[in-house]
Formats: sequence, C-alpha cells, structure tokens
Amino acid sequence: MSSSVDTFRELAQQDYKWGFVTDIDADRLPKGLSEETVRVISAKKQEPEFMLEWRLKAYRHWAKLEKEQAEPKWANVKFPPINYQDIIYYSAPKQKPNLKSLDELDPEILRTYEKLGIPLQEQKMLAGVAVDAVFDSVSVATTFKAKLAEKGVIFCSFSEAVQKHPELVKKYLGSVVPHTDNFFAALNAAVFTDGSFVYVPKGVRCPMELSTYFRINAAETGQFERTLIVADEGAYVSYLEGCTAPIRDENQLHAAVVELVALDNAQIKYSTVQNWYPGDKNGKGGIYNFVTKRGNCKGVNSKISWTQVETGSAITWKYPSCILQGDNSVGEFYSVALTNNYQQADTGTKMIHLGKNTSSTIVSKGISAGHGQNTYRGQVKIQKGATGARNYTQCDSLLIGDKCGAHTFPYIEVKNSTARMEHEASTSKIGEDQLFYLQQRGLKAEDAVSMIVNGFCKQVFRELPMEFAVEAQKLLSVSLEGSVG
Amino acid sequence: MSLLEIKNLHVNVAGHEILKGIDLTINAGEVHSIMGPNGSGKSTLAQVLARREAYQVTDGQILFDGKDLLEMKPEVAACEGVFLAFQYPVEIPGIGNTYFLRSALNAIRKYRGLEEMDAMDFLPMFREKLKLLEMDDKLINRSVNEGFSGGEKKRNEILQMAILEPKLAVLDETDSGLDIDALRIVASGVNSLRSKDRAMLVVTHYQRLLNYIVPDFVHVLVDGRIVRSGGPELALELEDKGYGWIEAEAKAPASV
Repeated sequence: MSSSVDTFRELAQQDYKWGFVTDIDADRLPKGLSEETVRVISAKKQEPEFMLEWRLKAYRHWAKLEKEQAEPKWANVKFPPINYQDIIYYSAPKQKPNLKSLDELDPEILRTYEKLGIPLQEQKMLAGVAVDAVFDSVSVATTFKAKLAEKGVIFCSFSEAVQKHPELVKKYLGSVVPHTDNFFAALNAAVFTDGSFVYVPKGVRCPMELSTYFRINAAETGQFERTLIVADEGAYVSYLEGCTAPIRDENQLHAAVVELVALDNAQIKYSTVQNWYPGDKNGKGGIYNFVTKRGNCKGVNSKISWTQVETGSAITWKYPSCILQGDNSVGEFYSVALTNNYQQADTGTKMIHLGKNTSSTIVSKGISAGHGQNTYRGQVKIQKGATGARNYTQCDSLLIGDKCGAHTFPYIEVKNSTARMEHEASTSKIGEDQLFYLQQRGLKAEDAVSMIVNGFCKQVFRELPMEFAVEAQKLLSVSLEGSVG
Repeated sequence: MSLLEIKNLHVNVAGHEILKGIDLTINAGEVHSIMGPNGSGKSTLAQVLARREAYQVTDGQILFDGKDLLEMKPEVAACEGVFLAFQYPVEIPGIGNTYFLRSALNAIRKYRGLEEMDAMDFLPMFREKLKLLEMDDKLINRSVNEGFSGGEKKRNEILQMAILEPKLAVLDETDSGLDIDALRIVASGVNSLRSKDRAMLVVTHYQRLLNYIVPDFVHVLVDGRIVRSGGPELALELEDKGYGWIEAEAKAPASV
C-alpha cells in the first residue's frame, strides 16, 4: 500500500490530466439560440408535446430576461459578457440507436471514460457503483439497470425517463427549480438535452451508490444537463456526480439544474466532485459553471444532504439549497471550494425553513491560492410557521499566499422567535510555522500544504462516500500545484 | 569523521547578526548541551541546523555526515537525519497523529531507499513508543498537537523523535513549561534514545534538565559566540553563579 503522501507527490507533478479531447463523430446543431433551436432539440429527442410546451415557455421567459439584461450580476465574480448566440446548444455523439449492451457504444467514448477511471465496463462491476455517463449533452450509458430494476429503482438518462416515465417527469420536473427561478435555470429548461433521472420507490433503500459522470468534449458547446431525483416515502438514495472537460482556450458555459424531491421519511444524499477545466495558470479558458441545485424536503422527517468538492471551473456560481417544507425535515450542506491561479468561486447554500422543528447544518470550507477569489454566500431563512427551527453555520477560509482573497456573505432572515441560530466563521493563513514543522519531519513543501489543506477539509471529506473522499483529496493536491514557491 | 562540524558560523535574522562565528564539532554517540542567557542565539542555532529559511547564513560552513547541510532544504536535512524537537510545537488541525507520523517516517524511509511501512507494521511500533513516553493510547486518533497541553506537546516531540530515529536530535528548550514529573518522563524518553550512533544537542536555559539528561559536553553561548566549553560540571557552576560572571568575562578580553 503506498502512502497518500506519495500519491500527492505524483499528482502534484501533473497538470490538468483530464484535458484530452476525444475524436468522435458528433451530431451537432449550428451555433445560436432561437425558438427554432428549442423545437429542433425537442424533436431530435422525440419528446412528447408537454415537454416541448414546457421548453418553449422557459425559452420565452429566458428571451425576455435576456432582453432586459437580467443575467444575475450580484455574484462576486467578474467575466466578460457571454454571447448566447455564439454557443452550440446541441452536440451528441453519433451512435447506433438503441444500444443493447455497452459493446455497441463508440469505443472512443468508452476509452474516454476509461481514462477518467469510471467503472463503465461490466468487468468493473465489483466497484458496485451504478453509472450514468453524460457525454457532451447526451447520456451515453447507464450501468446496472437490471439490478436496480429488481428493487424498482429507476436510474436512467433524462431522455429515456421522458419516454418511459412521462408521468413522473411531468409531476416533478420544475417542481423545485421552476424555469422562472433565475436566468440560467430558464436557459437550462429551454435547451437541456439530457441528464440523469432517479426514482426510488416507497420504502426502498437503493442498494448501491448511483453515479453520473459529466463530460464536456466538443468545442464551443454549452452543456445543459438536468438531473431529477425523487425519493418516495421512506426511500433512501446516495448519488454521486463527477465532471471533467478538455483543456480549451475559450470559456465554455455549463448551466445545469438539479432538482431533488424527498417525500415523507425519505433521504437523499447528493455528493459532487466538480473538476471542470479551470483555465490555465494565467486564467485563459475554463468552464463557467453556473448551476442551480435545489432540494425540497417535502415530506415529514425527510432529509437532504449536499456535499460538494469544487476544485475546477474558471468561475463557479452555485448554491445547492434545501427547502425544508416537511416538519422535522433536515437539510445539510458540506462544501469545499478551492480557487487557485485566476479561478473565481461564489458558492454557498440556501436553507429555507418552512416546517416545524426543521434543522439545517452548513459547513463551508473555502481555500484560496494564487490569485483565486473565493466567496461564501449563504442564506438562512426561518419563515413564520417554522417553529423550533435550528441552524448551525460554520464558514472557514484558508488562504495560501498573499494575492488571493476570501469573502463571506451570510444572510440571515428570521421570522419566528423560537428559532435558534449559530454562526461561526474563521479565516486563517497556512502558516510558515506549520509548513516548516511538517518539512522538518521529512515532508516536502507541497505534501505539507496538501496535508494542512486536507486537515482543514476533513469535516467535509468525511461526509463523502469512501471512494469519492480519496478522489477529492487527490484532486485538491493537484489543484494546489504551484501554490507554494 | 565527525557527525556534525560547524565552522565559523555567522547568521543574520531580520538584518541583525545573531550568531557571530560558532565553531562546534559533535561526534556520533555524544550529548552536547548549549546553555546561555536569553537572546544569546541558542534557538537560532537550533533553527539553522533544521534549515529554517528565515535565518540567513552570512558566513561559515556546516557539515553533516560529511555533506553540506546549508545546501539542504528542511525536508532533506530531516531525511538525512536531523531532527528538531520544537520549543513551540505546532498544531495541525484535522490531521491524525498516526497518519502524520507514518507519512513522515515513510518520506524518510523512501529517501533512504527503504521500503515504506504499512499501517499494520506501524501501529504496534507506535504503541510501543507511546508507552516509552507514558502517553495515552488515545493520542493515536487525535490531531497533531491539537488541544494538547504544553507538557503533552513536548512529550509528543520526543515521541516523534523515537519513531523517526534521527542521527542528530536537537532539543530546543524541551524543558520549558514542563512540571517536574513531565520533565522526568521526557528526560527518560530522551535517555532511552541515547546510542553510539546518535548525537544530541540539548539547548536549554536552565541546568535543571541536565540533572536528568547528563551531557558529555557543555558549551556556553553568549552574544552569538561560544565563550566557554567544559564537562557537565560547567552547567552546575552556571546554576550556582548565574550567567552574569561569564558574560562579564566574555566581554573582558576585548578590552585587554
């Protein structure tokens, strides 16, 4: 067994290793967005009428917002205006329709996922993770379907769900993040091309971790996927999401929406390791990650837990949130966000307490290195009826070097006097004395930094499933490369 | 060949000359003590040996095991066998003692071309050394120095030394902040690590520690220079008379 320190060392010597491009035949639309684009996407996906209607409504709303220049401007990030007509909204790997097994998948795509270390192949069944892989905008493979079906768990691409389970899609799509929610949510609703769909029926504990890997491959393409997870009464599911993209000079837009619904006594655990291409050392290129993620703890005693490790993207704009509607429901948010070089992150959460005795926990760890700018933005809202609500918030920032920044914007709104709120915040710098101490014991400077940072993030890492935690630690080390002189 | 040879060492800290020409030779198996009043440069010497960058060497040479120590980064010096027991051990939140120490040990072993030690072999050894320092087993799961009392931190330093088995151990004011029982435990830990292959440099202000760790040689550092060297009896003399007379004596020859 090799020690983690060695793994760190190997990794620290690497650049962004997911930056390759796969050469495959793709079916893509020309650049630009209009009502016609939306119709074509819907037609290509052979969607039922209600989907087209829903998309068009969203598109019209978005077009209005665009005209009013209502793109959100409040985030603490800077980027030049995005030309929404200069983006390709649909790119799908060409493939034979109706794959019967993974063998029929384009071998180039399989090789890509192999490079990414995703257990797509049947031989990796031992890994015990069911995977849905989204390549550019289209879901290319879902594994373990049969085994999940035995338990009644539906885990498939969004497109398939629209075809096979339209009643579920119709019932829950947009129920947590309506298309009117914000500019990017409207855009996503209009043009999303695929994503993952999960339904766990009453009383079922999903027998394995479900996982989606998102990959942007094509140039000048936006990725707009949509994930919908419904845990019916008493159900439990743990869902993992990973993302990578090739190295490209131009910025690429990723505007996803994730909706979670937990009914009575249900639990959803949603973990993300986000490693979109962050741009180069001078801030050129990288993904704009503008994502809306929200869960509704709709039922009594339900629980939704978000854990995210954000190391990639040029700009991250993301607030995985919980609406605590059911009495006694629980919302959790554990986050590590790292910005190195010229990366910017404005991330945090919203906890909206509606039900009685609802409780929420927020643990945010921001790490800034290089010229990175890291902002925590969080909102805790206790509504009138939320008697006995509780919130605990902890925001810690760690600075590496003297050119980076950490910012914290907590918003607290309490309308019920029985609420109990706790807020703790800290900012610290990696001390020369800590570094020297570890070096004096034989560890190299970069290993020492990794160790200190991992220690700082421990509270969040222990919320991740084991394999993901290991990956997250490695990612942090890679992302910190060059942060110490 | 001596283990450590310091020749005419001059060191600046923040523009001030702190060490003004130190000569010191230490052989494997020997225990030397550096004593001196506050501000004489004792800790500076310890930090320079551990290769802390803020300390700027302006002149002189240090050979460790025949190699140029001043060319080494801190981690290289550590891997070559220099260990510093810190006067103020640092806390590393979130990192378990066991993980930290095994990583350090394996970094050193790797440097020396030895196979890394896995957790199965490491833990029993760790437990054994804990006993040596009369430390609680719970330490295995605690973060490095986090929430430790002053005495626990100092014991933890010696524990680390016992595990990393350096060739040269530099103890920087290890006695400060220790009560008499802790002092006895730490000293007996240190004594058990004395061997013919290992040298120690014990930096202290007070003679008290040297009752427990009896040195072979005592050097008195005043204003950046070693003004007197002798056997353990020199420490007793200092305890008796204080540093005043030796400081006065150190200044005297200059006026002659």
